[in-house]
Order: sequence, then structure tokens, then C-alpha cells
Amino acid sequence: MASHSESLALREQFDTEAQQKEASTLGMWIFLITEVMFFGGMFLAYTVYRSWYPHVFAVASSSLNVYIGAANTVVLLCSSFTMVMAVRAAQLGKRNAIIWFLILTLVLGGVFLGVKAYEWNEKFVEHHVPGAGFHFEGVPQQGPAQIFFSLYFAMTGLHAMHMVVGVGLLIFLIVETRKGKYSASYMTPVDLIGLYWHFVDIIWIFLFPLLYLIDRHLKT
Amino acid sequence: MITAAEQTRVDYLNESYGIKSWLLTKDHKRIGLLYLATITLFFFLGGAFATLIRVELLTPQGGLVSSETYNKLFTMHGVAMIFFFLIPSIPATLGNFFLPMMIGARDLAFPRINLLSWYLLVIGGLFALFAMLAGGVDTGWTFYTPYSTTYSNSWVIATAVGIFIAGFSSILTGLNFIVTVHRMRAPGMTWFRLPLFVWSNYATALIQVLGTPVLAVTIVLVFCERFFHIGIFDPALGGDPVLFQHLFWFYSHPAVYIMVLPAMGVISELVSVFSRKQVFGYHFVAFSSMAIAVLGFLVWGHHLFVSTQSVYAGMVFSFLSYFVAIPSAIKVFNWTATLYKGSISYATPMLYAFGFVGLFTIGGLTGLFVASLGIDVHVTDTYFVVAHFHYIMVGGTIMAYLGGLHYWWPKMTGRMYPELWARLSALVIFLGFNLTFFPQFILGYLGMPRRYHNYPPEFQVLHVLSTAGASVLAVGYLMPMIYFIWSLRYGKLAPANPWGASGLEWKTPSPPPLHNFDETPVVTQEAYDYSGVIGEEIEVG
Repeated sequence: MASHSESLALREQFDTEAQQKEASTLGMWIFLITEVMFFGGMFLAYTVYRSWYPHVFAVASSSLNVYIGAANTVVLLCSSFTMVMAVRAAQLGKRNAIIWFLILTLVLGGVFLGVKAYEWNEKFVEHHVPGAGFHFEGVPQQGPAQIFFSLYFAMTGLHAMHMVVGVGLLIFLIVETRKGKYSASYMTPVDLIGLYWHFVDIIWIFLFPLLYLIDRHLKT
Repeated sequence: MITAAEQTRVDYLNESYGIKSWLLTKDHKRIGLLYLATITLFFFLGGAFATLIRVELLTPQGGLVSSETYNKLFTMHGVAMIFFFLIPSIPATLGNFFLPMMIGARDLAFPRINLLSWYLLVIGGLFALFAMLAGGVDTGWTFYTPYSTTYSNSWVIATAVGIFIAGFSSILTGLNFIVTVHRMRAPGMTWFRLPLFVWSNYATALIQVLGTPVLAVTIVLVFCERFFHIGIFDPALGGDPVLFQHLFWFYSHPAVYIMVLPAMGVISELVSVFSRKQVFGYHFVAFSSMAIAVLGFLVWGHHLFVSTQSVYAGMVFSFLSYFVAIPSAIKVFNWTATLYKGSISYATPMLYAFGFVGLFTIGGLTGLFVASLGIDVHVTDTYFVVAHFHYIMVGGTIMAYLGGLHYWWPKMTGRMYPELWARLSALVIFLGFNLTFFPQFILGYLGMPRRYHNYPPEFQVLHVLSTAGASVLAVGYLMPMIYFIWSLRYGKLAPANPWGASGLEWKTPSPPPLHNFDETPVVTQEAYDYSGVIGEEIEVG
């Protein structure tokens, strides 16, 4: 332990920095597994109702704007790329590069949330928000159509909430990096928040086709 | 007499003072004690509700409280006992305190997250308390839809939010334990040298981490359904209330194993120490914990035998439920085999362990009754089911919890409890428990449904027996409460290893120093190595 005494980052319950880093990383992966189970409940509900009402889901899905959704997917993928670059910069100990890549990630995340807000607003205008005023043209069963949009809001809403948390974490990282907390020898938080960011990204990779693309085969 | 050396020795209790040193502590031992105080409060709160239920059931016409109040009483009894006592009970108190010590670590991997998890339990508990004081909740602890989402006029959301927050407490404890067992073991502490208490808490942690998030998302959906009427559980919109039952039991059946697996770990420790023998078939007992954790996730459908579930699904779930009996039976047989030719001591913890084995066996075997499709139709939602799960939860978990508390009390506090009173409490609790719950098997089999506050007069004799037993049980639970507190001041000073036990937690003074060990221990032998001490008398205070 004495040989590491110059490091501020080693907490007293650990013997070595390697042990600490392994513990933190394992902890993060387990946390992400809990997140998979958390989203899993909603994916289960989606699976059940889509298999019960395939036609209503296809028609309701077609009312979503695929182009906006696709563009937003690209934005999010780019943010994952800039996040990877920030982690790489941290590994190399380039503080300025970390900050710039984190800011880029933050901006892309902000764009995604802005576009999402625009899409949600559209739903209010079109009366596609579940509740008393709900109305959806094109299918006789209003109930299942409402369930589709309930799931749409629940799943994208939960995803957006995770994005907001991610944005907060990015701001935290930027502040800490500016203070000089991270270097090539200690960059665990950058690494782990990067994992979280990618996880939230991957959730969207599943949400996009499940919500936006289920009627594609009907049109060809 | 306190010698000068003992007076000056610094341990985790006297290294700092003041309310802040407790509320901001990152020491797993102090956090374990914070949990102990918190869940004891909820135990007596849940016990108070149970008392009112039993008093109400003394007479068939149900005159003491209205049906509505009765619904709230059994709901709040269940909520307090399950989410705020049984789930955190052994892992968050004894596990928190002893898991790091048993593997030779200075603390859990994430001490701050450990403290956070206690605060989450407290905040969740305050939500639930608020709901109880504001008027209560009447859905049953199972919150079945559509009653909970559409019709109930009680404090469903406040209670659900409390459970949601407490769930994250449980998740974080599980996460902390998994990482700690993987990464914090002392040199030489290989996986198969781990005490079985650690194995069972590890298996429990896996369930906490995989199951609890599903409960969390279910609560989110109930919340959305109740506030925004999104239709997912509403048949009027094409939704399915039974989907709620699937999601709920996907967590809540494994949750039964969150409650009982750590108890089994405690029993493995006790049976070994007090018969001076290595646990028979160590590997089988260790793996049976893992098997229970895995199989526990595949049996939730046995709660839906009469809920429109397909009969073929029912057959599969029935079969898998029988399957869980195998690892459970492995444990019971191996504990029994451990006793064989052991040098058995009848110290208090061992009395609790004996109580556990007997009561858990009855609870487990009646579990097979309700896991079989035909019999379950007859006893579904009757007192038979109530008796069955109380034999597991109260006869099993609480017996083991109390046994563990007695066993480790000298280490936690540095004081011995009064042995005679403690043995008496074990006896009173065992008798009171059986008198309370055995008549309920008969009641249920004869057709008395659960959750009713009035009943045909011919059931009264059995109900009176049950209430009489509950009174005895209440006395039994108050006894440890009193003499444990008494012992903090007047108890005999405890030596480092009063039981002659082999675990690492006994190789450090009582109470332990802040970082548990003065030097990181090096492990050179298997757990429960009593080969050198056969025949040695255990000193009983």
C-alpha cells in the first residue's frame, strides 16, 4: 500500500489500484445488468401486446416519423463514437482532448433529447397521447392503439430519463477533468460513464426498429 | 471487570462518537447496526398489525374493525414485514456486518454505496410509513391489478413509491456483495474455502440484482396506469391484468429465496460450530444455494394456477416448483448429516437452528402440496397457503435471523447475552409459532379463505388457538428485544471467540477494530476445520 500512497484515488478498503479498478468495473457491469432487467419488463409488455395486436401495432407504428427517428439514431451513434474518443483520450492522458470529446458527446446527447421533445410534442398535437383525448385514425380498436402509444411513451420516456442522467454525468466528468482529476493512470470514472452511455445508446438501437419500423414490410 | 488494556483498546464502536459519526459512517459494521435498528422498528410495526389481525379473528362475526380496515391491516402487515423487514433482514444486517469479515476484507467494495443503500431503505420506509399514517393501503401486499390501478381509494402510490425506493436499497446491497465476494477475498480465501454463509449471500445477491429491477419497472407501470391510465393492465382497453401478476411474481417468488437463502447460510454456520464438525457435503450445500437462486427464477407461474394461465404452462411450472425441493432437501439432509457423531452443544443459537430445520421442513413439504396443480386448486387463497409461507418466512427466516443474532451478538457488541433467558426465548418462540400457524393449515384445508375478517362459527376454535399462539409468540419476540438491550450494559464481556468457532470473524477481537483485522489474514485451510478441537467443551455464558 505504501508504494501507492502518492495516489489520491486509492480507497482504504482496497490493497491495489488494479483491485480497485476491477471492482469498480465489475460493479458497473452488474449495474448495467440490473438496467437490462429494468427495461426488460417493458420489452416484455411490448412483446405481449404486439403479438396480440400485430395489425394495430403496425398501423400505429406507421404514424411515427421514420426519418426523424433514423436521424436521431445517427446522432446517438455519433455520440457513442465521441464518447469512445473521450475514453481513448483519457487513456492517453490528453486532458484537453477528453474535455472536447465530452463536450461533443454532450451536444449530440442534447440534440437527441431536443428532437425527442419535438416528436413528443407532435403526438400531443395529433391526439396520440394516451388518455381521455386520445384518438387514432385508421384502426377500429382504439384501446390497443392507445396501448401502443402508452408503450411508446413509457419506453422512450424511460430511455430519455436515462439520457438526462447521462448528460448530468457528462457535465460532472467535464468539471472533474478540468480540475485535473483524471490521468492515464486513473480514469475509471470516464471509462465507466462511457459504458453507461453506450448502454443507453444500445437501448435506443432496440427501441428504434421496435417502435418505428414494424410496418415496413407492409408497404413494399 | 474491565481491565486497563480492554479499556484503551480502540474498536469500531468507540473510535468516534456522536450522531454524525453514525449517520455519515462508511463502516460496514456500523451500517449493519443502522440496518438492525431500522428493520427492528418495522418488525414491531408489522407485528402490531399482526396483533390486530389476530385479535379481530378471535370472533367469527368480525366486530372489532370494519372489513375495509381489516383489508388495510393485512396489507400493511405484509408490506412492513416483507419489504422492510424480511428482504433486508439477514443480508443487510448480519451479511453487511460479517460478509467482509468472513472473507478477510477491511470493508465492502463500495462503502459509500452501502451507506446510500441504508438511506434508500429509510426513505422508502418513510414513504410507506406516511401511507400507513395517512390512511393505509388496502390492496394486499401483492397489489393485484386492476384493483390497485383502477378501483382502490387508498394510498397505493405512496406505498408503491416506498417499495420502489427500498428496492434500490436491495439492488445496491446485492451489487456490493457480488463485487466484494469476487474482488475482496483475503489471500488464500479461495471460492471453496468461503464459509457457506458467504455462498448463500452471494446467491441471494444474484437474485436481488436480477429480480428487483423487474419489480421496479412493474411499479413504474402501475404508477403510469393509475395516473395516466395507459391501459397496459386495463382489460377495457385490451390490456391484461394477469400480465401484472407475471411481472410481480417474476420478482416476488425469487424474493422468497432472497428471504430464506441467507437464513440457510446462517444455519450452515450454526450447525457446524455447535456440532464441532465440518458441514457435511460442503460443495453440495454451496451449489444448492446457487441452484435455488437459478431455479427460483423459473417457478413464478405456480402463483397463477388459477389465474387463467394455460394448463400446460401450469404443468411446467408445477414440475419446476417440485424441482426446487431438491436443493432445499440437500441442505436439510446435509445439516442433519453434519450432526451425526458431532459433539453437539445446545447453546441458544443451536436451539434456533434446530427450530429452523424442523419448521423449514414442514414449510417446504407443504410447499409441495401447493405446487401440485390439483391440491392447489383446493387450497388456493386459503389459510393453508398463509400457514405454508409463514412456516418458511417466520419459522424459517426469523428463527435463523434470531439464531444468527445470538451467535454473532458477542462479536457485534462485545457482550454476552444471558444464556438462560435466551434459551427460554427460543423455546417460547418455537411453541408460540407452532400454536399460531399449525391450526391455520387445518383451517385452510377446511376451506377458510385468507383475507376475510369474518368466518363461519365452526372455525372459531382453530382461530382462538392461533390467536393464543400469537400472544405467546409476541412474548417470545419481546424477550430478546429486552435482554439484548440489557446485555449492552450488563452482559458479560465477550472474549474474541466465545464459541470456539473457526471463521475469520472470530480471529479478531470483540468488538472488532475499525478495519476488522490488525493484519490482513492469510487463509490456509478450508472452512469449518474442527479436526483439532473435537470434544472440546464450548463455554456457554
